Amino acid sequence: MLDASNERRPIQTSEDVVTVRQTVRQRAVELGFNLVDQTKIVTAASELARNTLQYGGGGTLRIEEVKDGARRGLRLTFEDNGPGIANLELAMKDGYTTGNGLGLGLSGAKRLSNEFHLESQPGKGTRVAIVRWR
Amino acid sequence: MERIPILKMGEYLLVSIQVDMHDRLAMTLQADLTDRIVSVHAKGVLIDISALEMVDSFIGRMLGDLAAMSRVLDAETVVVGMRPAVAITLVELGLALKGVRTALNVERGMDLLRNRIDARGREDAGRE
Repeated sequence: MLDASNERRPIQTSEDVVTVRQTVRQRAVELGFNLVDQTKIVTAASELARNTLQYGGGGTLRIEEVKDGARRGLRLTFEDNGPGIANLELAMKDGYTTGNGLGLGLSGAKRLSNEFHLESQPGKGTRVAIVRWR
Repeated sequence: MERIPILKMGEYLLVSIQVDMHDRLAMTLQADLTDRIVSVHAKGVLIDISALEMVDSFIGRMLGDLAAMSRVLDAETVVVGMRPAVAITLVELGLALKGVRTALNVERGMDLLRNRIDARGREDAGRE
């Protein structure tokens, strides 16, 4: 279904990560998220966008408005065609990293979201979707 | 190249981060600050983040590393002005900024730096 409220953003440079943060902030404000919820979803988006860039070799973010009865929220889907994640359980552990970060990206983004879905196929890519309800 | 200004005031260095930093800019700031600590023999560094609308794990790590690096270079660092929503999010993310001294605002941050530096001065004098 084509919906004007859907948009896609490229994640190819570290400046794109900043643009992602600003776009997600704007959408959260439009949806009426309070300041703490705005900050949480923007921070989760920043972590996941950086992962897409660093580990996935770049990709895209899809932003969608979601509804469940009277509830409204934002779904953010990060996709890349990178090497994928061999061990999902390990990747979700606090402090585990194959790079030089703190290993808080995935686990932290999950804690900052209401819903979290991670799919990955080694050699094909990774898709992470989060939802934060207002 | 884009840079975040570092102001020198006596034995202190002051930085106010007013832009949404991309990762390379954060690393440039870290390198610039450590260079300046050494070149001007700074005793204290104050970093104002009151304009930052979010601090993620990368920026959080940069602040923590900076505090550790300045300590090794014989300077104290204090981070001031964190917004409440940022603090809530940071802790939930899993980052408690251990090892980073914080203060509510610039004024209290400067008091903290002065006290720390005075206390170290007395310790040094006591040892001689």
